[in-house]
Amino acid sequence: MVLVTTGTLRLGAGAGFAGDRIDPAVELARRGALDYLVFECLGERTVAAAQARRLADPGAGYDPLLAARLEAVLPHCAAAGTTVVTNSGAANPDAAGEHTVRLAKELGLASLRVAVVTGDDVLDAVRGLDPVLWETGRRLSECDDELISANAYLGCAPVVEALAAGADVVLTGRLADPALYLGPLVHTFGWAEDDYELLGRATMVGHLLECAGQLTGGYFADPVTKPVPDLAWLGFPFADVDPGCDAVLGKLPGTGGRLDPRTCAEQLLYEVDDPAAYVTPDVVADFTGVTFTSLGEDRVRARGASGRARPDALKATLGFRGGWLGEGQITYAGPRCLDRARWAADVVRERLAAVHGVDGDALDVEYIGAAAAFRGLADVPEPAEVRLRVSARVASRRQAAAVGWEVESLYTNGPAGGGGARTDLREVVAVRSCLVPRDHVRPTVRVVTP
Amino acid sequence: MSTRLRLDDLADVRAGDKGDTLMLAVFPRDDEAFALLTTHLTSAVVAAHFGPRATGEVRRHVLPGLPAFVFQVPGVLGGGVTGSALLDGHGKTLSYHLLTLVLDVPDD
Repeated sequence: MVLVTTGTLRLGAGAGFAGDRIDPAVELARRGALDYLVFECLGERTVAAAQARRLADPGAGYDPLLAARLEAVLPHCAAAGTTVVTNSGAANPDAAGEHTVRLAKELGLASLRVAVVTGDDVLDAVRGLDPVLWETGRRLSECDDELISANAYLGCAPVVEALAAGADVVLTGRLADPALYLGPLVHTFGWAEDDYELLGRATMVGHLLECAGQLTGGYFADPVTKPVPDLAWLGFPFADVDPGCDAVLGKLPGTGGRLDPRTCAEQLLYEVDDPAAYVTPDVVADFTGVTFTSLGEDRVRARGASGRARPDALKATLGFRGGWLGEGQITYAGPRCLDRARWAADVVRERLAAVHGVDGDALDVEYIGAAAAFRGLADVPEPAEVRLRVSARVASRRQAAAVGWEVESLYTNGPAGGGGARTDLREVVAVRSCLVPRDHVRPTVRVVTP
Repeated sequence: MSTRLRLDDLADVRAGDKGDTLMLAVFPRDDEAFALLTTHLTSAVVAAHFGPRATGEVRRHVLPGLPAFVFQVPGVLGGGVTGSALLDGHGKTLSYHLLTLVLDVPDD
């Protein structure tokens, strides 16, 4: 069933990353008059971490916040006729679908149709293809690290298929972020899969919305140069899109934040390396002609994006066992604090090498409070306090644990006045990328009901 | 004679990451700043500001319609968010490092 509409479609941004807030999405679901509510919850790092969780527990691997998000919005979505689209299925969309169906029963939404999109898992294909990895320039088989996952970025087609099957909730794994928004638009307006001009415009809309609060003043706010009102209650954005993909962006009255040409321009170029060629599975979008016009308070018209033919191959994210990350932190304050922190770092370095066999090259030493974030690029005056952070990525858990141990040992064995030591230890999934030919990727849509 | 201008007084910057490449989008606050930065905020100036941390060619795209510039600074993130052990693996804080840049603009 293809429903071609002549009116405008309203798409709301419910989340911009896996750990995003829930209350702004509830506001949109409750009084946003949305046709679609989209939750983007899957970064490259997130999919890798999810794969590691699924390996440890076959029933896990989808967004741990999925149930909390859906429980909060589904009653409102059911009342308003809003369809949910999300990549929260992460490394395990099937398990996410089962959980959603259970939840729907509990909420008394017995007629809810849940569609599960799979087929982004290309681990077997990648093992056979032995592709060149972007980061190393060498073939996968030449890589010593253990490959544990491979996920191709799907385009919008399976979402369109799921919506045509009448889904009320669409759960996907790895899908290009803008494709979560393209799916409802293509489904509603019946655009051809090679109408690259329209798909380029729609990709702009999806890209603007995919980080949610980053369009309405989040990651933008500066107390002097870019003040944002009521930042604690930042409203998430929505877009009203017509069949020609003319888009007007907005946010709900009474919510915090701001939405104007400045916030839009910043988000348009966020994580875009070439504005003339923003490559997605559906289209290569061109943002160079985009302009933003204010239509009044928190209303902005976005125009001027275009597109050209989609690429022949899909990008895939490969996850590898990347060893262990160990870290320790401790604070020094007052006179000579930076000197004491440096001395402490020398002690830790010497002992990690001699006692624990941790190579000094594996260590990163940061002096937080002394421009550590600028990575040695900025000169700083003597700080009032400094927090030493020593971290190392090493192969063994034992060696990684030694990093925090040696930092904590500074309490009674290191320079004077070290306080507030904390340690952390975690397994790392390293991420690399490659291309996979389209014919090796076969998305599948399955509809489940309570 | 020349005038020293701080980028923080002329523009806003947003940082993004792709692998170990840092992307910096620069937004001049008015037309005058756009014209000035078109001439003086070159890829060479940005490369120098990131010194040895930039391991490849810094590239600049100009978008007059916004107006804005995009700079790609390769290598800065050393392994990227899933590879680096550094606290801010994304390099999100580095937009403010670019804002500390001081331009030496010759007087007409």
